[in-house]
Amino acid sequence: MSVVLDHTPGHGHGHGHDHDDHHDHHAPTGWRRWVFATNHKDIGTLYLLFSFTMLMVGGILALCIRAELFQPGLQFFNPELFNQFTTMHGLIMVFGAIMPAFVGFANWMIPLQIGASDMAFARMNNFSFWLLIPAALMLVGSFFMPGGAPAAGWTLYAPLTLQMGPSMDAGIFAMHIMGASSIMGSINIIVTILNMRAPGMTLMKMPMFAWTWLITAYLLIAVMPVLAGAITMTLTDRHFGTSFFTPAGGGDPVMYQHIFWFFGHPEVYIMILPAFGIVSQIVPAFARKRLFGYASMVYATASIAILSFIVWAHHMFATGMPVTGQLFFMYATMLIAVPTGVKIFNWLATMWRGSMTFETPMLWAIGFIFVFTMGGFTGLICAMAPIDIQIQDTYYVVAHFHYVLVAGSLYALFAGVYYWGPKWTGVMYSETRGKIHFWGSLIFFNVTFFPMHFLGLAGMPRRYADYPMQFADFNALASIGAFGFGFMQVYFFLFVAVPMMRGKGAKAPQKPWEAAEGLEWEVPSPAPFHTFETPPKLDVTATRIIG
Amino acid sequence: VNDLPGGPAVNQLNLQPPVTKIAQEQMWLHNMMLVLCLAIFIAVFGVMFYSIFKHRKSKGAVSANFHESVKVEIAWTIIPFIIVILMALPATKVVVAMKDTTNSDITIKATGYQWKWGYDYLKGEGEGIGFVSTLDASHRALSDSGHPGQVDNYLLKVDNPLVVPVNKKIRIITTADDVIHAWMVPAFGVKQDAIPGYVRDTWFKAEKEGDYYGQCAELCGKEHAYMPIHVKVLNAKDYSAWVDGEQKKIAAKADDPSKVWTMDDLMARGQKLFDSNCAVCHKADGKGAGQFPALDGSAVVKADDHAQQLHLVLNGKGQMPAWKAVLKDSEIAAVVTYTKNAWSNKTGQIVQPAEVVAERAK
Amino acid sequence: MSATTTHGHTPYYFVPGPSRHPAMAAFGLFWVILGAGQWINGHGWGAYALLFGLVWWAFILTQWFGEAIRESEGGLYSDRIDVSFRWSMGWFIFSEVMFFAAFFGALFWSRGYSIPTLGSLDNALLWPDFAGLWPSVSPGATASPAGTVEAFSTMGPWPIPTINTALLLTSGVTLTIAHHALIAGQRAKTIGFMWLTVLLGITFLGFQGYEYFHAYHELNLKMNSGIFGSTFFLLTGFHGFHVFVGMLMLLFITLRLMKGHFTSERHFGFEGAAWYWHFVDVVWLGLYVVVYWL
Ligand code: HEA
Ligand code: HEA
Ligand code: CUA
Ligand SMILES: [Cu+2]
Repeated sequence: MSVVLDHTPGHGHGHGHDHDDHHDHHAPTGWRRWVFATNHKDIGTLYLLFSFTMLMVGGILALCIRAELFQPGLQFFNPELFNQFTTMHGLIMVFGAIMPAFVGFANWMIPLQIGASDMAFARMNNFSFWLLIPAALMLVGSFFMPGGAPAAGWTLYAPLTLQMGPSMDAGIFAMHIMGASSIMGSINIIVTILNMRAPGMTLMKMPMFAWTWLITAYLLIAVMPVLAGAITMTLTDRHFGTSFFTPAGGGDPVMYQHIFWFFGHPEVYIMILPAFGIVSQIVPAFARKRLFGYASMVYATASIAILSFIVWAHHMFATGMPVTGQLFFMYATMLIAVPTGVKIFNWLATMWRGSMTFETPMLWAIGFIFVFTMGGFTGLICAMAPIDIQIQDTYYVVAHFHYVLVAGSLYALFAGVYYWGPKWTGVMYSETRGKIHFWGSLIFFNVTFFPMHFLGLAGMPRRYADYPMQFADFNALASIGAFGFGFMQVYFFLFVAVPMMRGKGAKAPQKPWEAAEGLEWEVPSPAPFHTFETPPKLDVTATRIIG
Repeated sequence: VNDLPGGPAVNQLNLQPPVTKIAQEQMWLHNMMLVLCLAIFIAVFGVMFYSIFKHRKSKGAVSANFHESVKVEIAWTIIPFIIVILMALPATKVVVAMKDTTNSDITIKATGYQWKWGYDYLKGEGEGIGFVSTLDASHRALSDSGHPGQVDNYLLKVDNPLVVPVNKKIRIITTADDVIHAWMVPAFGVKQDAIPGYVRDTWFKAEKEGDYYGQCAELCGKEHAYMPIHVKVLNAKDYSAWVDGEQKKIAAKADDPSKVWTMDDLMARGQKLFDSNCAVCHKADGKGAGQFPALDGSAVVKADDHAQQLHLVLNGKGQMPAWKAVLKDSEIAAVVTYTKNAWSNKTGQIVQPAEVVAERAK
Repeated sequence: MSATTTHGHTPYYFVPGPSRHPAMAAFGLFWVILGAGQWINGHGWGAYALLFGLVWWAFILTQWFGEAIRESEGGLYSDRIDVSFRWSMGWFIFSEVMFFAAFFGALFWSRGYSIPTLGSLDNALLWPDFAGLWPSVSPGATASPAGTVEAFSTMGPWPIPTINTALLLTSGVTLTIAHHALIAGQRAKTIGFMWLTVLLGITFLGFQGYEYFHAYHELNLKMNSGIFGSTFFLLTGFHGFHVFVGMLMLLFITLRLMKGHFTSERHFGFEGAAWYWHFVDVVWLGLYVVVYWL
């Protein structure tokens, strides 16, 4: 244990490395600590704060959308602005909120979980974070450019993007930078996992969260550059006379879609695989039973990742593909239900004959499994090409992806915050408040998004600022739910997150969860600034430190 | 509001009532999927909730020790695999049927414009008919007002519906002029993207007379929500009568581009055209909005030399669509004359179709 | 952790102390994207912002890399770090491969699908006069569906691209000779062959510049020459840019060699640059075959 107790206990965050003799190792204080950070925990915190801010921004945009759709007719915004809201909501949520949040988790937890002192490239790690700031400024700032923010949907389909104003270029450059950030972040994660594990931490003993991130990182470095290619072509089409997506010069708008979705589909799994990882940590901890089928979990994750490269055109059934294309992409997509099912069943088997308690992290994890599966089933329904012809580009798809993204990714993130929050801050959250947050979110989430299935089946197209009368009631219901859901997140921020960050609350024990396993529970709470400066000696299961 | 036959019903829960074989099949597939998914859902979460209630610590449950079983893991890989295949099989048949656009009785080209649909009857009874179908301007105004009131066909009413005969195989060829749109009619089970520069096709064979509605289903810019589709399905006799009437109208309208018009005629015609085509962006009072420039007082509009304005109207620029394929010479002459004399632009200038012809030739 | 190690001992893990470089480099990139975005939309000041951002960024990078080099030469990098560098360079190159894959994909899609489709019978409805042949200058073809593209000639493999192929292949050989020399401890020979390699890279770029000039002025082949021009210039352009970056890497490695950096056992800086150079080489062979020959 000496490894972590180098530092006087109680010297949690940020100060007291006075015995460091190396001149630039006095941990700086104040703003420098954050801006110049090379510590994986500090950078993780930065990521988490950034992504929560973006969740708020994206959420406010969502509430603008829902306010406009509360009733038929245009009450607040003109349709152009509405499209900007939709586009920016999608972009900000995907690239600003969900992805950085998972990177934040990776930063905090992976070195702790595998017994490494830090990420492999600490400065590059900070660079990955700080790149997000200019990108976010450009994205949000684009609302104030002439013509307003990009309004072509988060998918940025050509040729509509070719008609957009200058903010489109700002958006494209912002995405380039975010892509660079993701690639550097992924390389860092891959190298950390492959090369920085403590002796005895073999790959097949590694915690599931690290595994899912390893696979996610591979997805990222494979597809982010492809997105960069697609938007670069958009840029040159816009300004330098090329005709990639202009038929008059021999180009093809549908080619954009192929390139985009080659990125886009793996992207949605990028947003769910780490979520699977978090849930795979939490369920065993609260079932007091080892994760069932560890090896098959790893293989299932890898299968999902591999399959994700050959299903992209299921977003394009309505573009008019040849029969063989439709059939191929339909079959391949439906296959993904198999490995995903394996994961669901393994979680069930983990709970089966366990000894369960239902603290807040477990509630979110169970909520995740339950509601994500509904989203998975609607995904399967979308994957049936003939049905998709009816529901493509309708609110059914909006319902599908919010079930997997909000009730999937976001729920798992909340689960993780409650589970590891005590380790990060050294403070226990209030169980009552956590439960209020969970139940409130669960109910309002379903009130918001369940009616969208009906709207979509009845034929209400997405990205619509106004809609026929017959859709009014479900839209009103969805809007009410959305505001409720939003308020639950404000509640979370004010009454759970802020107190924890300010250190208000019961002191967290080193291991708050009786049956939690893993090296992160072998260090004090809050985790000291430096951990595992020399590699720990592990027991045979690689979950405990024995020297 | 009331249900809209052929369109959405109030608080409708499932797909719209099908009127084609394909839409029926889709409905069947969807219901099958619902039943299967629901069954799996109940089975899976039945087990989970059973476990949650029985195997909780507060009930004294002590955790077992197993964490692996190759047998069950293989089982729950194979069984879902089989289920998925069983789901995909009936879908395969429908995909093949859906894509078979051969042997159609009538072929119609649907062209997406920002933000209206152009229909051209290419083959079969009605060949040669062509018109543009736009959202009723009063509905657009209702939307802007913020209080549309209880209108059953709100946002679905068009000036010229597409008319087709019942029980005939109609092949729709889609394409677009500017950006991607999508032509969708839920009751027919049809949705096909309209891609600029390329043609795609789809088909339907409506089995019931009536009015059917759909909307543009691909984000196409600011008026995306305002380019509905209305298909009128008539019996053979009524259809023939409609075709007759249309063809007579074409003959009557066939205007001679060398004809010289009076100011009053041009203004009257121009105002109609302006309101249905240009006012979405430039506004009925010609004041424009945001990035859409005002025409009232515009130097280009008031210029003595008509070439620049004609060029712009014909070929478009940025968000301004090109009108050369949509409007005829006389129509462009009328609408340009209108802008030159409406509001405060009292220039007194007249643009004749001949000038448009000349500009087109450049 | 370096902090707990006295100077001169190689730490098990190396974790650098707080650093202002990352945030400052990001600050530079803010001006780069802001400036670029404004400049291409006709705001002159954007060019200055872009330039400022680039200079700032380059300046920070030299400081950053300088620090890393000092750490490396100071013996702070253990074998473990060496392995980390290997993994990271490998996967970085993989991500570059995927970037090129997007553009190769665009080329295959347009040749294999869009051009034939635009010229097909169905599409005659829209483009009656377009014969879908690739390249669109082959006999009987029209340059573009809408006839908006001026006539142009394509760039054949002979002579410049072939010369360039020879240059790059040779540079691969000289680089390998340099590497062997370094391992054998023959520093003067290493440096000599490194300069040769850099020079070959620069010559390549010179030829490519000439090729572009030739394309624009004699073949009328431009960025706006339809889909052919688009894929041609973006593929070869991005490749050329990568040659430029690789050349810079090799140049700095050479300068470091001249300063006495690297040992015959440990020189991943050298190897990483060499890997990159070989990657650029392989991409070129792909280009040579699919862009110029086929
Ligand atoms: C986290 C993100 C995420 C995840 C995990 C998924 C998961 C899946 N998605 Fe989803 N999807 C999106 C995010 C996501 N999706 C987004 C953002 C869009 C819209 C993009 C846009 O257009 O803007 C989209 C759109 C989308 C479409 C296109 C719809 C359209 O535009 O018309 C399709 C079509 O096939 C699809 C399918 C699927 C499938 C089959 C899965 C599968 O992975 C689901 C698998 C899971 C299960 C099936 C449930 C659990 C399994 C069992 C309990 C086993 C037993 C089950 C059986 C045997 C059936 N998705
Ligand atoms: C990635 C994750 C993600 C998340 C978390 C969300 C969250 C939400 N989304 Fe999201 N959404 C997308 C991804 C996401 N969305 C994507 C990719 C699209 C497609 C875009 C496109 O078509 O291009 C989309 C599109 C989309 C649409 C369709 C728009 C359209 O087609 O026009 C709608 C409509 O209801 C919607 C609603 C919501 C709501 C209500 C939430 C809620 O969960 C949000 C909850 C709210 C908060 C978390 C904010 C809390 C803060 C406050 C309430 C602050 C209040 C402040 C004051 C009072 C001062 N989204
Ligand atoms: Cu046309 Cu949407
Ligand atoms: Cu997908």
